Amino acid sequence: MSTQSSRRTARLMLSPSVILLLVWMIVPLALTLYFSTQRYNLLYPDRSGFIWFQNYTRFVFSPGFLEAIVNTLILVVGVLVITVVFGILIALLIDRPMWGQGPVRILVISPFFIMPPVAALIWKNMFMNPTNGLFAEAAKFLGMAPFDFLGEAPLASIILIVAWQWLPFATLILLTALQSLSSEELEAAEMDGASAVRRFWYIMLPHLARSITVVILIQTIFLLGIFGEILVTTNGGPGTASTTLPFLIYKEALLDFDAGTAAAGGVVAVILANIVAIFLMRAVGKNLDA
Amino acid sequence: MGQITLSQVRKSFGDVHVIPGVDLTIEDGEFVVFVGPSGCGKSTLLRLIAGLEDTTSGTISIDGRDATSLPPAKRGLAMVFQSYALYPHMTVRNNIAFPLKMAGVPEAERAARVEAAAKVLNLTNYLDRRPGQLSGGQRQRVAIGRAIVREPAAFLFDEPLSNLDAALRVGMRLEITELHQRLKTTMIYVTHDQVEAMTMADKIVVLNAGRIEQVGSPLDLYHRPRNQFVAGFIGSPKMNFIGGAEAARHGGAATIGVRPEHIALSRERGEWKGTVGVAEHLGSDTFLHVGTEFGPMTVRAVGDVRADHGDTVWLTPDPAQLHRFDREGNRI
Amino acid sequence: MARAVTTGRKAANTAAAWAVGLILFFPILWTVLTSFKPEAQAVASPPVFLGFDWTMENYVDVNEQRDYFRYFVNSVIIALGSTALGVLIAIPAAWSMAFVPGRKTRDLLMWMLSTKMMPAVGVLVPIYLIFKWLQVLDTRIGLVAILTLMNLPIIIWMLYTYFKEIPGEILEAARMDGASLRSEILYVLTPMAIPGIASTVLLNVILAWNEAFWTINLTVTDAAPLTKFIAGFSSPQGLFYAKLSAASTMAIAPILILGWFSQKQLVRGLTFGAVK
Repeated sequence: MSTQSSRRTARLMLSPSVILLLVWMIVPLALTLYFSTQRYNLLYPDRSGFIWFQNYTRFVFSPGFLEAIVNTLILVVGVLVITVVFGILIALLIDRPMWGQGPVRILVISPFFIMPPVAALIWKNMFMNPTNGLFAEAAKFLGMAPFDFLGEAPLASIILIVAWQWLPFATLILLTALQSLSSEELEAAEMDGASAVRRFWYIMLPHLARSITVVILIQTIFLLGIFGEILVTTNGGPGTASTTLPFLIYKEALLDFDAGTAAAGGVVAVILANIVAIFLMRAVGKNLDA
Repeated sequence: MGQITLSQVRKSFGDVHVIPGVDLTIEDGEFVVFVGPSGCGKSTLLRLIAGLEDTTSGTISIDGRDATSLPPAKRGLAMVFQSYALYPHMTVRNNIAFPLKMAGVPEAERAARVEAAAKVLNLTNYLDRRPGQLSGGQRQRVAIGRAIVREPAAFLFDEPLSNLDAALRVGMRLEITELHQRLKTTMIYVTHDQVEAMTMADKIVVLNAGRIEQVGSPLDLYHRPRNQFVAGFIGSPKMNFIGGAEAARHGGAATIGVRPEHIALSRERGEWKGTVGVAEHLGSDTFLHVGTEFGPMTVRAVGDVRADHGDTVWLTPDPAQLHRFDREGNRI
Repeated sequence: MARAVTTGRKAANTAAAWAVGLILFFPILWTVLTSFKPEAQAVASPPVFLGFDWTMENYVDVNEQRDYFRYFVNSVIIALGSTALGVLIAIPAAWSMAFVPGRKTRDLLMWMLSTKMMPAVGVLVPIYLIFKWLQVLDTRIGLVAILTLMNLPIIIWMLYTYFKEIPGEILEAARMDGASLRSEILYVLTPMAIPGIASTVLLNVILAWNEAFWTINLTVTDAAPLTKFIAGFSSPQGLFYAKLSAASTMAIAPILILGWFSQKQLVRGLTFGAVK
């Protein structure tokens, strides 16, 4: 129903949210853009002035930049692959007849609700620590030398931690989608002579396509902002081995207090995020509108 | 009390002109039925009268006052929705009392009026139940109760019986008609079922693509349809139409129409020859679907008539009940 | 082909699924168990699984530091505060988009969504500086404000999907019954939307409690919630494991339990209603 009076009211009711989000979007971004053209170090606030694109060149051509981009990509893709593949497998497993599906679901989704610093510390101290972590103990038990996960393979270790946290999300989404698949469709396929593998490939997978799309989209958005896990485990190290783009910017801003460069980095991050978002939405948008 | 006039009312949704222009007067106390095929605009028209949609142009007056820009709450009308639209979280009592509460009626009087309405509608035993615990017919009555209690200038019904099963529909039809006889309030009733229209209405408004095709009493529309659309819409089974040379034979008409119940059936002789296709036996009537040289025709015979697929029959229309239409479909 | 699932099949499925579940849950389980161990046994080699001396001393220790309680309270205030504020702002917005949709409504929703896609790190500098200038660095108000803004899109989206499930005719009936807008929202919409609002609150509390970027970077000590507290232990403290486990268990327990009950809300909220 829409009459003039109700439309006027609606606009009024929408305005607080719209105004807030507009301000939230525009003001910080505008400021970031401004600062990115400034020479502005919080430790030396008087030494400021327009230096236009010097921040950008310094940032983009700094040695850590390319590595940060690569690390970010590896992190995101790595976690996506693990969570989607295992998410499908676990969802398929749980969707079968069994005893105690409810409790199993609870066990599987738990990692998602652990706050990132806690998750990071659990893995860092209890599992990956080469002196008395559980993995080290297992290695010793098997007569092998303990592996310094976070020291030798920092990025891979972080991927493991983050994947552990996000696997429940993917599994839950895919399980929900799986359970919405009517058994009649599968039974019809069975009557048409399709084997289990064929049924999965031609019926289940297309049905899941939309959910997989959503999972990839949502996770990418969140994964691009992974912070707490890196901070607490490796702090971006050793060196810059596990520094992602967001972490790099954070270091510039709050450790080096170089607001100008950090702002430039921020702009780069926003641009890249938008590119990823547009690319993703277009590539998979058709699935979403189905 | 309860006189409604629509003047040059138009409604467009963007480029779609749902209602190109309607002029209509509804007298106080009348039971008016808006009837027509799906998408003809009858529900839209009702919602315009209710105030749930704005008119694009034109005026709506209620009892002489211009109500075109009044919000629904201020028009003094009550509506019964197709889905009943009961408040699921309130008891039947509170559902019926809600409009009174909104009007600021004091508690004691509220309770009294709710009890009165409940008695009229046989809901007294259900007052403390929730809509979810009621059957379709009971929910229907609660919706009606909620409307009655407001003592409105007119009742608006939006296809209220569509969600009921066939048997319940017949019963509720009678109840609503009885209600009208008792309350004598104006009722505007929207339906796509022409049987409901014929049995309940004082006045029927036949709508097609947003235009009024004809306004009249049920029997008016039955005996003197103004055009082919109305002729084909009113009456079940549909009127038979014949064009071409046979139609021209009857006074130069482009099309002639005759109702299934006005055709005489014979095995020996008649005006038109046909072959029986499907025969529907209802016990009280028999409907024969006959193939003729002019196309398929439906014939109604009283009682149980023996007719097998492939039988030859002769059909003779009653000349007094023959309708003639010109090329535009208007009555000659 | 016989339809009955053999018991053997069921048993195999059960075993496999439980194995996977327990493997995934194990780190959490280990942490909880360790929190009840005396510090020495927490780092014992080889590790002790169940046969240790159960003790509550770690919990007592952590609680006795008044600091811990303060961090906990900050987490509660920030999570509940940002959720309450967000819901208050979002309800009118969701109402208007669900019940008086216009041509631009879909675009508006997509735009609101896109504000969530902006990487937080992109605005770290200006937000930090704004907070500094407004002197709200390390204040609970500041954090409540920013978390509200971060989660507003999700709250609006979730409420929108729940509101859309309320039949519009019922609100129209209320209008015909003479209800003003205020009455309509108060007596009809809100009671019917309570399950949806509750679900939204549930999910948002979880998200706000676990938020680690702004809560770590915009606080020092006064407004620091549990995320910051735990993050402070990132350098190995050697013999701290049992106490750390106790602190961690207390930090995650409330949200973990809430999370167990919010699976449906999670799916709806974080897929922005795309998967139901």
